[in-house]
Amino acid sequence: MAEPKSAPSRSGLVDAVKGFGVTFSHLFRKQVTIDYPDKPEPTGPRYHGRHILNRHPDGLEKCIGCELCAWACPADAIYVEGADNTETARYSPGERYASVYQINYARCIFCGLCLEACPTRSLTMSNEYELASDDRRELIFTKEELLAPLLPGMEQPPHPMRLGETEQDYYLDGLSNPGTSAGAEHVETYPGSGDAA
Amino acid sequence: MTALDTPTDEVTLTIDGVEVTAPKGALIIRVAEKLGIEIPRFCDHPLLAPVGACRQCLVDVEGQRKPITSCTTPIADGMVVRTHLTSEVARKAQQGIMEFLLINHPLDCPVCDKGGECPLQNQAMSTGAAESRFQDVKRTYPKPINLSTQVLLDRERCVQCARCTRFSEEIAGDPFIELMDRTSDEQVNVYREEMFGGEPGPAGSHSDLGSEPLRSYFSGNTIQICPVGALTSAQYRFRSRPFDLVSTPSVCEHCAAGCAQRTDHRRGKVMRRLAGDDPAVNEEWDCDKGRFGFRYVTAFDRITEPMVRDPQTGALRAAAWSEALAVAAEGLRRARDSSGGVGVLTGGRLTVEDAYAYSKFARIALRTNDVDFRARPLSTEEADFLAAAVAGRQGPTYAEVEQASAVVLAGLEPEEECPILFLRMRKAYRKRALAVHALAPFRTTGYEKLGATVLPCAPGSEATLLAGDASLAAALSQPGAVLVVGERLGGAPGGLSAAVALAERTGARLAWVPRRAGERGALEAGCLPHLLPGGRPVTEPRARAELAGAWGLEAGVLDSRPGRDTGAILAAATAGDLGALVVAGVDPADLSDARAAEQALDAVPFLVSLELRNSAVARRADVVLPVAPTVEKAGSFLTWEGRLRPFEAVLATGAMTDARILDALASQLGVQLNTRDVPAVRAELAALPATDSPRHPPPQVAPAPPPVPADGQAVLATWHQLVDLGTLQDGDDELAGTARPSVVRLGKELATRLGVGDGDPVTVGTGTGALTLPVEVVDMVDAVVWLPTNSPGATVRRSLGAAAGALVSVSVSVSVPVSASVFVSVSPGGSR
Repeated sequence: MAEPKSAPSRSGLVDAVKGFGVTFSHLFRKQVTIDYPDKPEPTGPRYHGRHILNRHPDGLEKCIGCELCAWACPADAIYVEGADNTETARYSPGERYASVYQINYARCIFCGLCLEACPTRSLTMSNEYELASDDRRELIFTKEELLAPLLPGMEQPPHPMRLGETEQDYYLDGLSNPGTSAGAEHVETYPGSGDAA
Repeated sequence: MTALDTPTDEVTLTIDGVEVTAPKGALIIRVAEKLGIEIPRFCDHPLLAPVGACRQCLVDVEGQRKPITSCTTPIADGMVVRTHLTSEVARKAQQGIMEFLLINHPLDCPVCDKGGECPLQNQAMSTGAAESRFQDVKRTYPKPINLSTQVLLDRERCVQCARCTRFSEEIAGDPFIELMDRTSDEQVNVYREEMFGGEPGPAGSHSDLGSEPLRSYFSGNTIQICPVGALTSAQYRFRSRPFDLVSTPSVCEHCAAGCAQRTDHRRGKVMRRLAGDDPAVNEEWDCDKGRFGFRYVTAFDRITEPMVRDPQTGALRAAAWSEALAVAAEGLRRARDSSGGVGVLTGGRLTVEDAYAYSKFARIALRTNDVDFRARPLSTEEADFLAAAVAGRQGPTYAEVEQASAVVLAGLEPEEECPILFLRMRKAYRKRALAVHALAPFRTTGYEKLGATVLPCAPGSEATLLAGDASLAAALSQPGAVLVVGERLGGAPGGLSAAVALAERTGARLAWVPRRAGERGALEAGCLPHLLPGGRPVTEPRARAELAGAWGLEAGVLDSRPGRDTGAILAAATAGDLGALVVAGVDPADLSDARAAEQALDAVPFLVSLELRNSAVARRADVVLPVAPTVEKAGSFLTWEGRLRPFEAVLATGAMTDARILDALASQLGVQLNTRDVPAVRAELAALPATDSPRHPPPQVAPAPPPVPADGQAVLATWHQLVDLGTLQDGDDELAGTARPSVVRLGKELATRLGVGDGDPVTVGTGTGALTLPVEVVDMVDAVVWLPTNSPGATVRRSLGAAAGALVSVSVSVSVPVSASVFVSVSPGGSR
């Protein structure tokens, strides 16, 4: 772009050296660029990523379908339908479970109010943030996608309560049973999940 | 309306420093309400007697040693009341009571249906203490238990306010639910043998329903008035949360009571219905059919697109609206211009707007008077009665029945056929000992709860009694007496004539109570062969001229000859004298002879069905046009009083009303109907002038001699039970479980002659078929046998092809004895 025949002025030369000086000085600074898709950085431990519906150690769902998360949600991103557990099909301890559980990540603002509302500590957040999609419908996560994976010793519901006679046995032991989900909570802190059943 | 508005003996008192004058005898809590001071309460309910069970409404009254309950204390002159708003004593007392109530109340709000709309939750937040001092384990019970298939009870949530038990005893009169046991074990329950050392209920029954399950048509109200989540319905349990519901005021489509309701829906699906608060009609109550019977709308066989019968295959196939309308219009045009003409059967479930559209469509697009709304046993006498004594008249109202000096019931069992009228009469009976007289073959539980004097009367002999009984005439001669006739009286020859004559002779007011919500509206809209809209007789030139003026027609377009009624239309169809038939919400099984009606539908050359579901009519139709159910459209019903009950659509689905479809069909026939939208129809109806034409003369049919049963025969008495096999109750098993068992009722003499006792199977038969049901021996007129009209195992019109007053054969069945609580086979005399 510059005119080729005109000699660079003195001040222009100094400016160029200065400019390269900035560049060179950065060579010796700490690198901020990350190799994102290949080597993603770990997030902060309390980063609000996508949700997880936790399970009891025997695999039953902690969610009781109470809809308090949906009630608390300021973005109206959660939709829950409750239903009865029956003798033949039990998904959670107690009477009630969520037959439908959806979180719409096109709406979710990751504020975490739903976690505060959850009375059974069923709903927690993982650190997973790679949620982008080119299809809105894929952003509505269903219960199957949100439920924590089955760990060793867990059994796919529906099945009867394995940890006690009533739901009280699940909740009164709640402190020694912080939950078993992969990602958001530390699996290794729960001892003996393998022989729970 | 409370007595506050009518100045009587008044006293002046001070509440929270505000001086107020109120009638003597009013309760502190009511007077405070009028001032806008809300005292927390659980047991208090304005329509129930004060009881002071929960103690939450304590207030400080000057001069009293301790705080007193404001819901049981009447006001006195010079009283100085301080509520929790101004008195530390009252505030502390209320907080203490709340702490006591919460000692045994579980903190399971997340799984409780009441959460979010719970008076206990709300008042614990507003007037309770933040901390509880209770450290121990709360009382628990196995949860929940069934009081009926529909009503579930979580006993640990109960605060013993006794609203449900008081409702059952005072309002409904079904005291099968009661507070039992003492101290902290006190609980609401139904009678259970095992609690008193007996064996649990009979095997095979719902084992946890108790020995005497709560069998009430009004049980849903206990759920609505429960101030905690102790009573819940199986239908709504865990289904939704109040924050997620959209509430719409609505009107019940089930019967002619016209109850105000609140319909709650969520994402396009109705979740529940609650009783609305309308002091002039249903007060705050609703029957279980109206409350729980709404799932028919989402039945699997709902029709969503028009269908046309394919000429090649002979089967119905889906079609575009344009095609279906064109085919329907072409078929109707051909039939209209042929000699047979077109008949229109509208049924009794339409809104006023839709019924008006049918009436107008028949008159100006099909140029016929062959239109009839009656889909049930009917008579010419009834049509004349409706035209003369009902159409265009404001009948006595609920309030007038409540205030009546005496009520005579003929052809009506109000608990089964108009439950809200029953509640109103029961209220009058309890409050001021209303004298109720009933013409019936036996004393039903409903009549018992009304304290009614039953005049034993075999079906068919009502007319003789109405004409000749001195006690009836004496009762009705008192000023303010009301004669209430049901639609069933039309089946007794001369009955309606005698009723009109009796009312005239005694000066009593006359009310006609049909069963269905749309019957009165269809009558006013002119869906009768000899009646135009507004009670105008077809035969009166002035009536026709008025209507021709309103509709902008030339003289002579409206036919002056009365048309054919439902029976004649179907007979003409069977005989091949009918070109086409337009049928709205009619179930052939409701007609007095279901099989004959189906044969008529098969025989008619061209059948257009405007239907919601794939019904017996739709399956036979040449063109099926899907219509909107009540919940998806605006409209109005007329109550039996003639009161207009308009409502707006709850769900916006785009489904079309009958009126709109008829408008489109008429324009294909080259006629402007102007019934495209509901506001237009309402405007047109409002602009219709009152008629000057002479009224139709009342019927004067002489009483027919009652049928004389031969040996082995009896006269059939029958009516519908409230909860039965009705089409609008489909899909609701919990509701069906609360139905009264199907039994055949006999008098003692007949039972002795047959040699049967309670529970023995008896077969009732006609030439068409037979039904076998367990017997219940009651105190009944001899040689009469009673069956429910359309209950499980007792589909009288389909299986027997008979209506009330017919002669039927009665015999002991050879099959094994069956329990009264199980369904019984319909096959004649066969063992199960």
